[in-house]
Amino acid sequence: MKDSTSHVRIATLVSPVERLRSCAQIFFATLHEIFDESAYARFLEQKQLVSSRAAYAAFRQENEAAKARRPKCC
Amino acid sequence: MPKILRILIWLAVAVLGALALATIALHRGEQINAMWLVVAAVCTYAVGYRFYSKFIAAKVLTLDALRATPAERMENGRDFVPTNKWVVFGHHFAAIAGPGPLVGPVLAAQFGYLPGTLWILAGAVFGGCVQDFVILLFSVRRDGKSLTEMARDEIGRLGGLVAYIAVISIIVILLAVCALVVVNALKASSWGTFTIAMTIPIALLMGVYLRTLRPGKVLETSALGFVLVMLAIWGGQWVSQTPSVATWFTYSGQALAILIIIYGFAASALPVWLLLAPRDYLSTFVKLGTISLLALGIIALRPTLHMPLLTRFVDGSGPVFAGSVFPFAFITIACGAISGFHALISSGTTPKLIRRETEARMVGYGAMLAESLVAIMAMIAACVLQPGIYFAINSPAGIVGQAPEAASATITNWGFPISAAEMHALAQSVGEQTLYNRTGGAPAFAVGMAHIFSNSLGGQALMAIWYHFAIMFEALFILTVLDAGTRVGRFMIQDALGHVWKPLGRTSWYPSILATSGLIVAGWGYFLWQGVKDPLGGINSLWPLFGIANQLLATVALCVATTIVIKMGKARYAAVTMGPLLWLVAVTFTASWHKVFDPNPRIGFLSHAAQLAAGPAANARLIFNDRLDAVVTCALIVMVALILIESAVEWVRVLSGRKQPRVKESPFVPTRFAEEQV
Repeated sequence: MKDSTSHVRIATLVSPVERLRSCAQIFFATLHEIFDESAYARFLEQKQLVSSRAAYAAFRQENEAAKARRPKCC
Repeated sequence: MPKILRILIWLAVAVLGALALATIALHRGEQINAMWLVVAAVCTYAVGYRFYSKFIAAKVLTLDALRATPAERMENGRDFVPTNKWVVFGHHFAAIAGPGPLVGPVLAAQFGYLPGTLWILAGAVFGGCVQDFVILLFSVRRDGKSLTEMARDEIGRLGGLVAYIAVISIIVILLAVCALVVVNALKASSWGTFTIAMTIPIALLMGVYLRTLRPGKVLETSALGFVLVMLAIWGGQWVSQTPSVATWFTYSGQALAILIIIYGFAASALPVWLLLAPRDYLSTFVKLGTISLLALGIIALRPTLHMPLLTRFVDGSGPVFAGSVFPFAFITIACGAISGFHALISSGTTPKLIRRETEARMVGYGAMLAESLVAIMAMIAACVLQPGIYFAINSPAGIVGQAPEAASATITNWGFPISAAEMHALAQSVGEQTLYNRTGGAPAFAVGMAHIFSNSLGGQALMAIWYHFAIMFEALFILTVLDAGTRVGRFMIQDALGHVWKPLGRTSWYPSILATSGLIVAGWGYFLWQGVKDPLGGINSLWPLFGIANQLLATVALCVATTIVIKMGKARYAAVTMGPLLWLVAVTFTASWHKVFDPNPRIGFLSHAAQLAAGPAANARLIFNDRLDAVVTCALIVMVALILIESAVEWVRVLSGRKQPRVKESPFVPTRFAEEQV
């Protein structure tokens, strides 16, 4: 069950600047996801690697097959 | 917020939407401002999302905030990743937004702005959004299964097979139509062709930069690529004004078709990292930026719509494509209202990213609303043009004549005054030799977009730059769909052939790659060639074929959805998916009947073939093409009729109690995100 008063409390606590910052964060996170930068970050974290030519080449190799199978809509 | 205030706000939104719709529909003989379309769309979407999608989420699908999604249960950091809902929304929107919502409304504007606009709004709220939402949720509840897998599991083996063939067919026809739109946009245009040609070395440079200098910095690389593309557009002006260089980039439609076929084959057979992946990123970057810019431009300019509410062509005699408003408006606009292709995305990458079931509503239903708004913007871009200009650009030479004076006289006689001098001045202002007979929708959209941009950002001096920016945007966009689609088609054929002989299924075995790439490119290449050689411009026969194929895929998706809803014991709510299903069946079957059997040779494939055969110079190739189009249309209809019958049999069995209703969902696992606020 949702507590309607908690919304009010949260709304008054969050300043417009914080909201703006949160929006900007989501916007950039979306761009990072769309452009596969997040996927690369996850790959580095999973494989315990730092970004380098070799690491990026390995990432591309691992992801290319899956990416090439994704249809693009008309 | 107090309940009474919420009610008042929603009441105000509904009244404003109704007022805007009434203004759109009832202002006969007067020009209206484009903002009425925007207001009507935004209010309709708001009400549809707030009430209808909430009803579907609560009553039909009973979204469960406590149930773990495959992104959580099968998290692997690669395909299955629980992702923020806004991020998934953006990702899903970027995947479903293609050239369709831009081109379809431009073509359908020949009926006037009303039929297309109403279909975009109603089709999205009651059809497209519902399809995307339910298929996404059903895929989430089945470990991210694809549409074809769900069709096989829930309807039967025949359903799975038909869905597979429908997907392959739509890919072949879609790619042919996309390629034809690019050919018609670039033919005899040295500026446009130069700009698009430059995207190849730019993408190569981006590939090298990304791989060696700044590994993984895709956004930065795409921004760099965008700057280079803008320089290429600027350089294109010099090319077009330097005759010795311009001849290198000036091609006929047939030459461009051959180049695109070669490109498609290379794109499918070669490794992707160097050229295609960077082009894909560049295309997405330009796409998202341009759509946002167009929205801002429309709001800033608030242009007047010059196209009438309805034109005389609702009777089926239209020059852009033949056929009456019903059913042809409804298959011409697919992606902005309902598109079967979206079901592939909703059962592809997106269900593997959804973090909570409840977020499927915003992603599935919401992203389709955003796509629908893009279609409304395309409709506005087409309708801000003077109707005479719109018809001069979009009418094929076979209808209005080749000579500018003859074409202008024909169009003026239709009641849309235009002179050859006006068209010449317009062509000059956008840096083209001519804008007559530029069928396909892309040039008309580009002129409309350039009009909006140049009047709100930069003035008339930039008209030519904006026009070629729009052409570059569309062509880049479409070529990305073309190379991605060719590869997807190749993989699907390889998967199928792998069952016949294992080596053919190996995606790294070059003989198989070359053979299957050749097969898929030959498929769409044939239809493209047919369109390029067609004296009626190709769009007249190919776009309806594409619309029929796309809507038939939506029919398959809605059959799957209705079957699952009934098996869930929610038969009383089955109208939610069965309503749009019945509408699509009526539309696609009627359209197919007309396209095959209509006695008007401009509409019916068979009567056109008969007319050609009876003519003085019977062209065997054109006659064969007409008969082939008729056979393809019939084959699509028969396949969908089969899946409809199989689905209906399943519904009757379940509803009569002869079969135990059992949905094949993955078992319930509680989510660890339950504590988060919904």
